[in-house]
Amino acid sequence: MKSYWKIVTGVVLCALAAAGTGCGRKRATITCAGSTAFQPFAEKLAEELMAKRNDIAITVQGGGSAVGVQSALSGAAQIGMADLVNLPPEAKALTSVVVARDGIAMVVHPSNPVGNLTTEQVRGIFNGAIRNWKDIGGKDAPITVVSREAGSGTRTSFEQIVTGIHLTKDAVVQDSNGTIRETVANDANAVGYLTHGVINEKVKAVTVDGKDCTMEAIMAGAYKLVRPVFFLTKGAPDGVAKDFIVHVLSAEGQAIIKKNGLIPAK
Amino acid sequence: MKFNREKGVERLLLLVALSAIASLALIAVFILKEGVPFMLKVGPGNFLLSSDWQPDAGKFGIYPMIVASLWVTLGAMLIGAPLGVAGAIFLNEFVPRSVMRIIKPTIELLAGIPSVVFGFIGVVVLAPLIRSHLGGPGLSVLAGSVVLGIMVLPTVISISTDAISAVPNTYREGALALGATRWQAVHMVVLKAARSGIVASIILAMGRAVGETMAVIMVAGNAVKVPHSALDSVRTLTANIALEMGYATGMHRQALFATGVVLLVVIMILNSIATAAVRRRIGGKGNTKK
Repeated sequence: MKSYWKIVTGVVLCALAAAGTGCGRKRATITCAGSTAFQPFAEKLAEELMAKRNDIAITVQGGGSAVGVQSALSGAAQIGMADLVNLPPEAKALTSVVVARDGIAMVVHPSNPVGNLTTEQVRGIFNGAIRNWKDIGGKDAPITVVSREAGSGTRTSFEQIVTGIHLTKDAVVQDSNGTIRETVANDANAVGYLTHGVINEKVKAVTVDGKDCTMEAIMAGAYKLVRPVFFLTKGAPDGVAKDFIVHVLSAEGQAIIKKNGLIPAK
Repeated sequence: MKFNREKGVERLLLLVALSAIASLALIAVFILKEGVPFMLKVGPGNFLLSSDWQPDAGKFGIYPMIVASLWVTLGAMLIGAPLGVAGAIFLNEFVPRSVMRIIKPTIELLAGIPSVVFGFIGVVVLAPLIRSHLGGPGLSVLAGSVVLGIMVLPTVISISTDAISAVPNTYREGALALGATRWQAVHMVVLKAARSGIVASIILAMGRAVGETMAVIMVAGNAVKVPHSALDSVRTLTANIALEMGYATGMHRQALFATGVVLLVVIMILNSIATAAVRRRIGGKGNTKK
């Protein structure tokens, strides 16, 4: 317990020190907050822009899409990041621009013989109507449904695209794309959904309605489970916020997004 | 001059001591301020006894989480309490002091391992074992109980050890002189004398188990339903708050604070019982001196 407080004190002191030095340089500072899926990309792009121009500072924070909308509305952040198919009604007051797109892949354990799921089957599985893999052409084993927590941008988008989902109460809930992947990788009967940037060899992405979740399919508009990543600003973006959005949308910025596994906006 | 300095230091220390209490009071007030109006609005019955948790649809029933917290904690105690108390008896009564001086700090080191590490081992080792040998999703009440049971061991062992070693040696000698075996002396005399301290250690451990978050999120599976067996996946009160706090706004956020109120009340009750149990022990000692 004692050591815990030492750590807390240390962190607080470091934060104060960092805040102190930050003020000294007098940079034009903006904050970018929201979607945890886009956070690493925003950090990378912000670092690049800051390396080119030493008169600005961009702070990137996570918090989730809901936080992105709220902080843009309240002014806590100049740019709110949200990866939702349909923005909530309160976001109508904000100016939005699509900066990237993200595919949501359906993943199963690599040993699972099922290679394709229809939208209907996905709905059935997540509603708890389809409870055994043998009903959809797999082996005789109960399905472990793995979902994200309520409020997650990935989950909200997934449910909005598939429509008609009332998540079964048996669903295992994990709180990040990474833990969804680990859970599915460790359970031969699991099915889950995650952003396609984090797929690796430990899980198998199945086709949805016969379409692969690949960058090509998404860019061609064939794959269904795709959501946009929005940058939200209060009124038209200006100053550093505008520069940052221009940088993200530039050919160079979009190339970085593509190289790291997201789909460019256009 | 000297007198003034004495007073000054005294005042300063008083201020420091009060600031600790003040922060606790502020936390309590803040949680209650956010949570209680919500409970009254939704109705305590709907909040505490309904099993529908769909924040998007305005349904906030935390009954499954309350049951889950109770089961996981009970399971953890079934594993941690016997192991911990047995360990404490062994360390005090059957092992030379020199060996105890090595083993006890080692066990206390267990308390310093971050809960994420326990959770990670649970996910990677324990959950697959449960899934392949017992069935179910693996991430379950059982997995949570085992992980928490191990995590509370240092609490149970160190407090029980203190309680047992506080039993005067004359008690043991008296029992042995009356012809009792070593084990009879331990379970008929020493354990009886140290009972309240051992009870306190178990109750404090329960408090820790109820409040543990990270490890439980990782191994319990977080499904919102009332468990039917130890192999079902569950979400505890703490997991509910930690999972959804990042996204929650409006009513949903208040609902999570209200979950915190329930947790606060549970932990306060447990701690009060533990404090009362320890007090009784000290009181008892005082009486024997007379």
